[in-house]
Amino acid sequence: MLDHSFSALPPAPGVGYKAQHFSSILADAEPVRWLEIHAENYMGGGGRPIAQIRHLAERFPISCHGVGLSIGGESPLDREHLARLKHLVGWLHPASFSEHLAWSTHDAAFLNDLLPLPCTAATLNRVALHVDQVQAALGRRMLLENPSTYLAFAETEMSEIAFLTGIARQTGCGLLLDVNNVHVSCTNQQTDPYEYINTFPLHLVGEIHLGGHDAQQDDRGAPLLIDSHGQPVTDPVWQLYAHTIAKGGAKPTLIEWDNDVPDWPTLAAEAARAAALMPAISA
Amino acid sequence: MTSQSYFRAAVLDAGLPPPEGLTGPHGMPLGNRFNVYRNNVVMSLTEALQSSFPVVQKLVGEEFFSALAGLYLRQHPPSSPLLMFYGDAMPAFLTNFPPAQGLGYLPDMARLELALRQSYHAADAAPVAATALAEIAPDLLAHARLHFTPATRLVRSRWPIHAIWRFNMATDAPKPTMEAQDVLILRPEFDPVPQLLPTGTGDTLAALFEGVPLGPAIEALPDPAALGPLLTLLLQGCAVHSISVEAP
Repeated sequence: MLDHSFSALPPAPGVGYKAQHFSSILADAEPVRWLEIHAENYMGGGGRPIAQIRHLAERFPISCHGVGLSIGGESPLDREHLARLKHLVGWLHPASFSEHLAWSTHDAAFLNDLLPLPCTAATLNRVALHVDQVQAALGRRMLLENPSTYLAFAETEMSEIAFLTGIARQTGCGLLLDVNNVHVSCTNQQTDPYEYINTFPLHLVGEIHLGGHDAQQDDRGAPLLIDSHGQPVTDPVWQLYAHTIAKGGAKPTLIEWDNDVPDWPTLAAEAARAAALMPAISA
Repeated sequence: MTSQSYFRAAVLDAGLPPPEGLTGPHGMPLGNRFNVYRNNVVMSLTEALQSSFPVVQKLVGEEFFSALAGLYLRQHPPSSPLLMFYGDAMPAFLTNFPPAQGLGYLPDMARLELALRQSYHAADAAPVAATALAEIAPDLLAHARLHFTPATRLVRSRWPIHAIWRFNMATDAPKPTMEAQDVLILRPEFDPVPQLLPTGTGDTLAALFEGVPLGPAIEALPDPAALGPLLTLLLQGCAVHSISVEAP
């Protein structure tokens, strides 16, 4: 049932690591079994961030999640940044490396957001080339994450799932399924999130993400959800998650909470909620 | 086709129309949906600048800082995804920012905060023992060069930047009075500590940073008695990584 070929993370809950939780995690991390770091935060020369993560990596499997490679970019990958990533992965030996189907850098400007791209044959080839280059540089397979989207492209030729599946087929990479992003995108695109999950190649999924979102409306009064990672996972996302693992089996599942970060017990309680849904289906 | 060049330009310039070829769900009109990306980019880069420059923000107030961050991030978007080093053009930006002209010390405060951030993330390096200079033969001492740990920084100012920094960061700090201050940033373990340099030692320390041997470097001291406290500060503050001596 379990597919470990895309990631060596345990099929159990993990959380995004925040420095303020360092001692709580060392004292008692239960039920959290692994930690995620954003790669770019650990690319300085040294100091506390790197000392902490070196220490934690001795006790926990680490999921290394990049937010700055701009894999969906029109421009070539930033070689300097790829070299920094190779260095980090080289000493950290993370159980998994993942990045986004998005772009963030163009004309020498890093915009610090996950910007969208159309699903066309041309962009598929470009993204596949970039994934190949990352995998060659790191000497390992990576996971590619489905994005939160707020708009659509007239030029799009295929579904997001066909696009992601095509990249996985061309490159051998695995997929990271962000269930909150599925809920956000399907609400914003007015499509059915359950149909999305039912169509998704769950056997390629090496990690699942859950996080909170903001609810707004666009200027026509249609719901517009924003992926914000600043609050608890909502009930519809928990239900969609339960459906996902009932169908695809227990997977390493991350609670993402990056803004207005709560105290450790609140975060651990979210992880416990994910854990409670897992054993029911992995038996 | 929607080009990323135009997308990037329109994200940073709300005066431009959204890129062509974007729609709402099922081909419906785009409406205001492009603004999600504009807001995300401006908010996340403003937050990055707020965390880089907390004292600058305190000095000018949140509203003023948000406005200047909005201008800064459009003129100087990050050149790399390493946001912990974002803002290196801020001192020059503030120098040429007319609304901040009344606060002459602002660019130097930005330099101090950048140096603190760089020190925090600098590579680790073992310091020499506090007694290392005492182990060098007295007749060779003048030829000794100090090599500093990567986390050590010197920030010189004609403003009382150390006093202003403390006044904004510590609860019991006295009100700053006008004087030039040089600040030595030490990082004994993980937390950078800004230390006020004894008056008159800035030129000597700057020379030591440039690799000038002790002998010529201390000629800049107005009072030779200041040398002892300066060396003690460096050695006890883990600032010196190694000492090399070239015999004459």
